[in-house]
Amino acid sequence: MGDQHLDPTGARLPGAYLTPGSSSFAEFVAAQAPDLLPGRRPVPAAAAGGDIAPHGTTIVSLTFPGGVLMAGDRRATMGNIISSRDIEKVFPADEHSCVGIAGTAGLAVEMVRLFQLELEHYEKIEGTTLSMQGKANRLAALIRGNLGLAMQGLAVVPLFAGYDLDAGLGRIFSYDVVGGRSEETGFHAVGSGSLFARGSLKKLYRPDLDARRAALVALQALYDAADDDSATGGPDVSRRIFPIVHVITADGGERLPEGEVTTLAEEVVAGRVLRPDGPPARVEDPTGREATTGGTTEGDLR
Amino acid sequence: MSMPFYVSPEQQMKDRADFARKGIARGRSVVAVQYAQGILFASENPSQALHKVSEIYDRIAFAAVGRYNEFESLRIAGVRLADMRGFSYDRRDVTGRSLANAYAQTLGAIFSSGGEKPYEVEIFVGEIGTEPGADQIFRLTYDGQVFDEHRYAVMGGAADVVGTYLEEHYVEGADLATALRTAVAALGHSRDERGQDSDREIAVGQLEVAVLDRTRTQPRKFRRLRAAQLEDLLATR
Repeated sequence: MGDQHLDPTGARLPGAYLTPGSSSFAEFVAAQAPDLLPGRRPVPAAAAGGDIAPHGTTIVSLTFPGGVLMAGDRRATMGNIISSRDIEKVFPADEHSCVGIAGTAGLAVEMVRLFQLELEHYEKIEGTTLSMQGKANRLAALIRGNLGLAMQGLAVVPLFAGYDLDAGLGRIFSYDVVGGRSEETGFHAVGSGSLFARGSLKKLYRPDLDARRAALVALQALYDAADDDSATGGPDVSRRIFPIVHVITADGGERLPEGEVTTLAEEVVAGRVLRPDGPPARVEDPTGREATTGGTTEGDLR
Repeated sequence: MSMPFYVSPEQQMKDRADFARKGIARGRSVVAVQYAQGILFASENPSQALHKVSEIYDRIAFAAVGRYNEFESLRIAGVRLADMRGFSYDRRDVTGRSLANAYAQTLGAIFSSGGEKPYEVEIFVGEIGTEPGADQIFRLTYDGQVFDEHRYAVMGGAADVVGTYLEEHYVEGADLATALRTAVAALGHSRDERGQDSDREIAVGQLEVAVLDRTRTQPRKFRRLRAAQLEDLLATR
């Protein structure tokens, strides 16, 4: 096909464009211009090693009644070097879903671009959006296409979340490097700081949080991740760089405005000055009932 | 041994043009009207599923009349072309002009090649810019000709009558409600044998209307107007 895809203007549309077929953009590109796909380029046989390209780190996501949100820190690392302080790792996938990425940043961003286009392309061609599972499965297929590179040490591990309009609730899907997909209940985290973030989420998450407090929980979890994982960035108070938070409800998704995230992040930081380890969980109240019925104040999460 | 009849190239082209024109004239008209916030496309289309107006890309829309299977394949080709371009370069590098060019070449090649039946379609490619002056409507005919239309454009069955109405009633820089009323009135406009107006009122359920709306905050500016919204807009005076 050569570079035909780059300049079909000035010439008749290639036959393949006019041929009825798949509604998948990725499949169309694979047939027409495979060199544009992230996983289709030849790679050298030797393993790439750990730090030839920047790595994105921690993403957390949690559901709340009527929606789901996802947050990511802003750091990218190359070995022991911080390669970016303000990288964005949470992207809207379409109106009602978003995707956060951990792993090789360059490849992951390209995969997100392809995934966004995949959903939009389907929507335009079919006149309707894919189901939530359909979207999750398409993302799994894209990750599988990257298996060769993952084996070379250039893995991409996304986290996918969205509002399921059919089921009327927020849902979270996680993936492994080979494209295995599993649905998570309540909350999940991926990336190098995910162990600490998940521990934090476990203690702070409650199914009845509102959107604002869910965002606070996410920021607390990212703070805990940054606290113990050197590759995760904490809130950068001096440079005013704070995590990206994407909130999705039935009305659609939006990135929380910078001002709002700043206020929440400052609340978290102020709380940590008083208690560096963050809000305590209650050992004497194993059901958490007391916390949800009686004493849920925002102060609990600070 | 029988000799094939000689048909002059002029006659051959004329026959093909007549064939395509007849096919197009059978369908209802589609209009595109420029208004202050963008471009409005309207058509009489009882089907809720088979669209005549569709989204191609962020700022580009497509409308067509004629044979459904033919313009549908052109529409899909346009979506593929635009997405491919946006993926290899950037979203800003997808333009209505290059899409119109690709369509023109395709339609022209099909029209003049002896082996293929000419497409019985006419197409609009509409694109909005950041201000009204940058908005563009291209009209493409079955033989690959491109017309750069301004203010409004009409194609399909009763294009002449509808065009006359728009010529008389089009208002520059109108708001959405005014543009919609003008477009819908134009679609329902007709003249009887004596040249008297015999306009019909088109029911909201029979309309397919979509806009490229500059004021949308999302990068994708295409929006369909559903029956309820149409009713509201048509009711405002």
